[in-house]
Amino acid sequence: MVSVARSVPIRARSLRVPDWLLPWASVAAVLVLFDVLPRIGVLPRDHFPPISETLSTLAEQLGEASFWEAVGNTLQGWALGLGIAAALAIPIGIVIGSSRLLYRAMRGVIEFLRPIPSVALIPLAILIYGTGLQSKVFLAAFASFWQLLVATLYGVQDVDPVATDTARSFGFSRVQRLFRVTLPSAIPYIATGLRIASAVSLILTVTAELVIGSAGLGRSINIARSGGNEELMYALIITTGVLGVLLNGIFVLAERRVLRWHPSQRSGEAGA
Amino acid sequence: MTTRRQRLLAAGLEVTVPVLLLVIWGLYSSSGSENSYYFPPLTDILSTFADTWLFERVGSDMVPSLVRMGLGFGIAVVVAISAGLLLGLSAQARRAAAPIVEFLRAIPPPALLPFAILVIGVGNSMKVFIIAFVCIWPILLNTIDGVTGVDPTLRETTRVYGVTPRDRLWRVMLPAASPQIFAGMRTSLSLALILMVISEMVASTNGIGYFVLQSQRTFAIPEMWSGILLLGILGYTLNGVFVLIERRVLRWHRGARASALG
Amino acid sequence: MLNVDHLGKTYGEGSDAVEAIGDLEFEVRENEFVCIVGPSGCGKTTLLKCMSGLLAPSRGEVRLHDQRIDGPPERMALVFQEYGRSLYPWMSVRQNVAFPLRRKRLGKDEASNLVEQAVESVDLTGFLDRYPWELSGGMQQRVAIARALAYQPEILLMDEPFASVDAQTRADLEDLILEVRRQYGVTVVFVTHDIDESVYLGDRIVVLTPAPTTVQETLDVDLPAARDQLETKELPEFARLRAHVYRSIKRKQPAAEPEHAAA
Repeated sequence: MVSVARSVPIRARSLRVPDWLLPWASVAAVLVLFDVLPRIGVLPRDHFPPISETLSTLAEQLGEASFWEAVGNTLQGWALGLGIAAALAIPIGIVIGSSRLLYRAMRGVIEFLRPIPSVALIPLAILIYGTGLQSKVFLAAFASFWQLLVATLYGVQDVDPVATDTARSFGFSRVQRLFRVTLPSAIPYIATGLRIASAVSLILTVTAELVIGSAGLGRSINIARSGGNEELMYALIITTGVLGVLLNGIFVLAERRVLRWHPSQRSGEAGA
Repeated sequence: MTTRRQRLLAAGLEVTVPVLLLVIWGLYSSSGSENSYYFPPLTDILSTFADTWLFERVGSDMVPSLVRMGLGFGIAVVVAISAGLLLGLSAQARRAAAPIVEFLRAIPPPALLPFAILVIGVGNSMKVFIIAFVCIWPILLNTIDGVTGVDPTLRETTRVYGVTPRDRLWRVMLPAASPQIFAGMRTSLSLALILMVISEMVASTNGIGYFVLQSQRTFAIPEMWSGILLLGILGYTLNGVFVLIERRVLRWHRGARASALG
Repeated sequence: MLNVDHLGKTYGEGSDAVEAIGDLEFEVRENEFVCIVGPSGCGKTTLLKCMSGLLAPSRGEVRLHDQRIDGPPERMALVFQEYGRSLYPWMSVRQNVAFPLRRKRLGKDEASNLVEQAVESVDLTGFLDRYPWELSGGMQQRVAIARALAYQPEILLMDEPFASVDAQTRADLEDLILEVRRQYGVTVVFVTHDIDESVYLGDRIVVLTPAPTTVQETLDVDLPAARDQLETKELPEFARLRAHVYRSIKRKQPAAEPEHAAA
């Protein structure tokens, strides 16, 4: 009698928890865990204050001017850094990307300067700009610039040659081709580049606040820690997380919008 | 302009432009303007570089930095790939973990530094921890993407032939996801360098990051620049080596993609 | 040996439900080469997935040796149409063919022999250490066949395996599958939309209706066992069968009652 033992079952269901409930359940579990464990002493209370206390501290902070000042400072640094980077990187990227000659000329410089971690320039920033907003913006802009430049270059260079040839055969001038064919096709790449550059700008902003001591959430977090105010420290860290999620969310939405309107350049679905 | 002329011009520019920039640097540093003190002549920087990093401070600063980075990155790779494989295989687990993962990865890494200092202290373990913690996310997310993106026909083939769960994980899912995993590792590698530098600037008594900041504080400007130069070289070299390794390991992937595109 | 018993498959629910398979019933006997042919969109692939245990039927069941299939059976192998996506790109030909053998826990030499024999029977001996992307489409499909053969299945399911190769390669592959079937003595269920192919290869042909699919009719192929691309296709019986199948497929309405295979 030949055995027909099946090797792999068609379906394997583990828990009978409805799908929509899962994320909520896990978040709830984490919150409960991080509230109870410190209270019963499994986690040292001075390192891990119960999360309910952290959250209530956060709620209190929402009414404090100093809190919003710090948030504002961080956002200011982020916005200026990203804005300057975009104002420079996108035009420069378009110009360099559209000219094979220029690209060859600048390629070496770009490849040399790009790998320098922007954090390495923190001491330089201190020297030239001091410990205030300017330092912060310089670092954030420097780091975001390279991200955006590379993304723009790639987007401009990745334009479908058939599209540009078609435009040329219709008699469009170089500038017209740029605005009507190249730029529209590069926009998704630029949109993605902006999203990444935004994250980079936030990171460098907070870094500058932490290391240099510029006003902002990074500095406030450090002060809270060194002042022994752990609940405040965690509350502010959560705030930066929320900020990160919100800013990222804005760019993801914008990116999706752009990609939806955009005739798909690549075959099949978008996304790596 | 003929293409031959264009090509010659391009090659010429490729050399001239960097040289031009160097000349500009030289001129700026010897001018008496306000900040030119912070941009010493390149010859100074290079000679300081040779004095410092070949090989005076290699043992005292470069090695500790690289060790921390290596450990942190290594731990991140192991943890992230393992977790990523498991999460990739279970849609339920993914859905449950999603909000936590999304939140944790959105926290700007420097904001976590005070947390690490609070809980672990200011020693090497703190630095390794923060590097590992931050490097996990890109690799984790890419691993999950890689696993969920495995071609359905490949999955069905694996099921039809009754491949054991163990083989399915290590010999099918892992290799299939490896192009994505490597992409994530490349991102994490540059993050590791950044976190190494930051953590050393904030809480350390040795390391390249510490050295650069300390040089700035003591106005040892050429030394500061030598450190910056070293970090640039490290960034470039590490990335280059990684790309070489990636190319070797993923040779099959390039070949497959090339033939798929016709 | 294999029984498809009132098989039905419906996708989706409520008003969006699509009934891919209505009510299928037929039998596959040991050592037979059964060709399943039907118009496009008649759920041939769904049928094969249910037969191989990859998909659970909505109604009815498939039985192998009188045991219900609810997961890919051990003694069954399946060759897909998209050969390119069914071979593991990071493995060489040898590794691809040997991979399914791992679960059988054979000795290294025994496994090695099986692999080499299978690869030789599909004429790819010189390519053992190449990678799939280095091979042409026809060669890749031969590797997939070799992999199925080395696995030594009792029954081999093939889902339009030659649809994606050019006509010349297809003719070669058709002869190849006949040859290896003779050599390995394996039962074959071969799904195709190509009528000529179904007549040329099959001992028996099952004609399907459009969705919701049922069996239109079953017919025996009364051609000499040794098939040849030129000679067999010149036989009047070939033309007759071919025309019969064609007409059967073209018949617009699905049969009111599925016709049962002649015992």
